[in-house]
Formats: sequence, C-alpha cells, structure tokens
Amino acid sequence: MGEPFRFYSRLYLTELTGLKAGDLRGLLGNLKTLPESSIYYHTHRFLQQHHYLSPEPPNDFAYWIRNILQEEEVGERIASVDTIQFTSIEDLRRKFIGIIEDYMERTGKNPDAPEGYEFHFMKAITFVIPTPHYALSLKEFYEIMQRVSVHSIYYHMFEARLRLKRETNDFSNWLEGQLGEKEMAERITRLDPYTHTLEGLRRRILAIAKRRLDAQDR
Amino acid sequence: MPRIDDYIPVAGEGVIEELRLLAERLRGVVIQNVNSTAVGGGVAEILHRLLPLLRELGVDAHWDLIKGGEKFFAVTKKFHNCLHGASTEVTKEEFDHFLEVSEGNIREMSLYGDVLFIHDPQPIVLINKKKELGKKWVWRCHIDFSCPNPQIWEFLKTYVEQYDRVVFSAPAFSRELHTRQVLISPSIDPLSDKNKELPQEQIAKILDGFGIDRTRPIITQISRFDYLKDPAGVVKVYKLVKQRIDCQLVLAGSPATDDPEGEKVFSEIKQMAEGDKDIFLLLLPAGSDIEINALQRGSDVILQKSLREGFGLTVSEGLWKAKPVIASAVGGIPLQITHKYSGILTRTIEGTAYYVRQLLNNPEYGQKLGANGREHVRNNFLITRHLRDYMLLFLSLFNEGDMIYL
Repeated sequence: MGEPFRFYSRLYLTELTGLKAGDLRGLLGNLKTLPESSIYYHTHRFLQQHHYLSPEPPNDFAYWIRNILQEEEVGERIASVDTIQFTSIEDLRRKFIGIIEDYMERTGKNPDAPEGYEFHFMKAITFVIPTPHYALSLKEFYEIMQRVSVHSIYYHMFEARLRLKRETNDFSNWLEGQLGEKEMAERITRLDPYTHTLEGLRRRILAIAKRRLDAQDR
Repeated sequence: MPRIDDYIPVAGEGVIEELRLLAERLRGVVIQNVNSTAVGGGVAEILHRLLPLLRELGVDAHWDLIKGGEKFFAVTKKFHNCLHGASTEVTKEEFDHFLEVSEGNIREMSLYGDVLFIHDPQPIVLINKKKELGKKWVWRCHIDFSCPNPQIWEFLKTYVEQYDRVVFSAPAFSRELHTRQVLISPSIDPLSDKNKELPQEQIAKILDGFGIDRTRPIITQISRFDYLKDPAGVVKVYKLVKQRIDCQLVLAGSPATDDPEGEKVFSEIKQMAEGDKDIFLLLLPAGSDIEINALQRGSDVILQKSLREGFGLTVSEGLWKAKPVIASAVGGIPLQITHKYSGILTRTIEGTAYYVRQLLNNPEYGQKLGANGREHVRNNFLITRHLRDYMLLFLSLFNEGDMIYL
C-alpha cells in the first residue's frame, strides 16, 4: 500500500496594503512593485468568494479596467490571460505589465477612475492547516471529497501548483503516484480549473472518481 | 442560543470542521473585546452572537465595556460624524473631556487579555496602556473611513498607529499607515431571530399588527433614525414611486444607547410623513428582531439609501431573505451587491425611485437578484466566515509572514 492522501485546507485573511491606483498608469506602476501575494490575491480571490456562480471576470484588474475605467479592449486582454499556463506569479505579473504597456504605448491613453472608485491593492495572508482526513484508497478519497470544504479543494488544485511550485495538482499527483491511476490523474489535470467554480470542480472530480469506482466494481 | 453544529446545514460540514481546527491553535490565548455599548447598533449585536460561539469552539473570549457619561457619548458621536466626513469642528474642551474620561477608563479597567480587541473610536485611547502591558493590540474600526474629517483623523491617527493591527470593513477605508491593515467584513447570523426562517402566518400577523396592507407593495428600510441613513431621502424616493404605483413605505429601527441624535431625526421624518397613511414610521424597542425579520420578509423591495455606511449589514439581511435590495454604493455595500447581479446600486433619489418602480413592476427580475444575493451572502457574509476571519486575525498576530503553516 502506498502513502495515504492527507487533506489540507487553505484559508486566507485579506490584508489591505493602503495603496491605490486612480488611473491605468497607477495600476501599472503598482503592478511592477507589489508583493507576489498581492498579484496572487487579485487573480484568485474570485474563486474563493463565488463558489456556485461567478458574475465577475477572473481577476480584479480586468474587472476594474472594464467596469470602472471602461476600457473594453485592454480589459478583455487582461481577463483572457490563461492563469493555468503560468507556473510562477512573476511570469503572470510580467504578462499583465506587457499587455498594459503595449496598450498605453499604442493608444497613448491613460484612462482614470471617478473619485471613490480607485483600485485598492490587497494581499492574501495564507494559512495552511492539515485536516484530520486521510484517504488510503480511491473509495475513501471519493467519500472524503464529498464533505471537505471547498477551501481544501482550492488548496490541492490551485495553491499547490502556482504558489508551492508543484508540477501538477496534488490529487493527480497522488492518484498516479500512489494508486497507479494514470488515466484518472490525467483527466483531473486536464480540467480547466480557472473556468469552474469550486463546487463545480468538486462535482467534476467526484464524477471522474465515481466512473472509475464503477468500472472497478464491474 | 444556537450551537456551532447548528450551522452545518447552512454553511457545510467542512467549514465547521475548519473552525474547530483553528480554535485548537488558539488554546490558552485570552481574547478581550472592549467597546462602549452592550445594546443597540451593529457592534454590540455582532459581539453578542460571536462570543458564545467562539467560547463553544474553545476560544477564551471575553467582552468588557468602557464607561462614559452623556457628555462623553455626545463627543464620540461627534467624532463618529466627523469620521463620516462631517465638517463640524471638535473643540479643545471636547477633546479634553474625551481624554479625561479615557484616562479614567485606563485607570479603572482590568486589561487582562493576551489580545486586546478594541472596537471603534470610543475606547481607542486604551492603547496608552500598551507600553506597560505589552500584549497584542487590535483596533477594529466599524465605521465608514473613506474620507474622514482631517482634524479628527490627525487626532486618532496617533493612537491607531500604535496598534499591532487595524481592521477595516471595506477596502476604501484603508490608507497608508505604519500599522498592518486587515479587511474583515461583518456578518449576519442566519439562525438569529432577525434572520431565521419565519412561518408565513407569523409574518402576516406582525404586518397586520402594524396596520400594513399586505395586498399592496411594501418598500422597507430598516435602520436607526440617523441622518447618515438618509431617511428623508427614502421618503422622497417613496413619494416619487407613489406617483405611479400605489405602494407603502416602512421605515423601522431601534434606538442605540450611544446615539443621542435619534429622537431629533425621528421627529423631522415624522413631519415629512404627516398626512400619509401609507408611511409607517416604526420606532421599535431594542430586541424587536422577530418584527424586523417579518418586515423584511414581508417587503417587496428593501432599501438602504445610506449616505455613509460602516458596512451596511441590513443589506446582507435583506439579501439573505432573497429579497431585491436597492442600496447606495457606499462603505461596504458594493462588497455585498454586484450591480444588477445580486441587487441594485444607486447614487441618487431619482435613480433609486426608478429602480424601485422597475422591481415592483417586474417581480421575476427581483426574484433573480434576490436568489443570487442569498448565495453571495451564504459564501461571504455569514457568521461562520466571520468567526474564521477573527481566528485567523488572532493567529496572524503570533505568526509572521504571508504564508503561515498551522
């Protein structure tokens, strides 16, 4: 028998940096100097705040540029940055800076926000806490996945990869490495996590596990 | 009082389990809350709900009050208005009185916590005891701090910057400070009398008791009678709507012991409403939670037309009841409402009246906004999230860095 899967959870406290931007240039300037935990916060916050249905574009920068600065084109470019392709926050930061610099150079524009609608920079203080749940088999994994909080799913799907620099999500890693479930692992890796809500991801992972369990029973 | 496990059906088993895990990490740490009033207003209400749950989880949490007479609270009310941007000047005599009473509190109060959790400006000077006591000090600001009057801010800043952490309810309240700042939204308790499910018959009985006609549309604002809640603006909104739709207005609130202005505002609004039998001004005694719950549930549209707002929890209360809420885009309200997704954000009397009419004429649109609003509150503004944030805040005082392994 291989190593058990230990479920962890990831909780966060929002820290206010006191910094704000009133126009696109201000946003750009801060993007260059902010700590990684701030870039991370503004590109991942929506995942933990909208579990069932997400009304917002997938990052705060895009939301502000589109809805407050009313700059559709650059807002859409920022919104469509595929976070999953980035394995470091620094690369993600460079991508955003590149898009905004290119836009400002090309158009000569520096749109500003009305008073009271400035962009407030925040960052996450992240807490990682082990839960009492261990899975030794696929069946146990399936059962626990049904009742852990979405924060646990978040930790193993998102935090592990981008901030802790693991190559894949923890679930796939364990399923393949310890249970030899290569196909299942690949299916989970191929999920497009940033376009799901956390409850949506839970349902997908459960469906993948259920199908495999049913096949084993047959 | 509800037990922590009673929240499992609303918040989920995993969320409650996480609270227990965090509480274990806080064993042996004494948390002492200090504020100025035990009844009335949002701060006292939240503490009354949070403390028993923290204790059940095993956190050694306490709550003490500072003392202050009528004059002291008149000064702190003035501070409050100035922090909300009022241009009134606080006199030297008023500052002196505030400091004198504060020094008295420092001498007389027992400050025994490992974490001193000080709420709002009234007890802020207690920080003067930090040099002698050490310990961890947190200042929790429940007020709209987006553009404070500079005189009062300069005065308070010298105290604020001595704290280890400052907690605000909305991002717009933060500013460049030497102290680390944390964002924690307040919350509602889904199992409290104010928010629990009520049978239809009970709602009907309470509305009938106030003489409200349940067959015609009802617009409601629940809040203290306070200029900053703009009850006069609400009456104007109602009068505009009334030109097209035969509706009723309910303005209901309880007085707070630290708010001497309430009576004056109430009598002014009474004058505005004179002669209109469809305006219900309800000055409810403290603790009328079931009545407030029923009024919200019996309403067709809920308003929160505040000019300034620390957070505006009545918005979450309305959304939790799956009601369409129209509110001003001030303070913490934009955190609760995404415009046209989980409610409506407005800035003017005319705009508010327009949306009230639209929602009264299109109830299915209102239902959709209400349903989205309820889910948003479930994920972000329930007391279980608040318990978690407070425990994380306490833990952060004893752990450095942005990544903390517990």
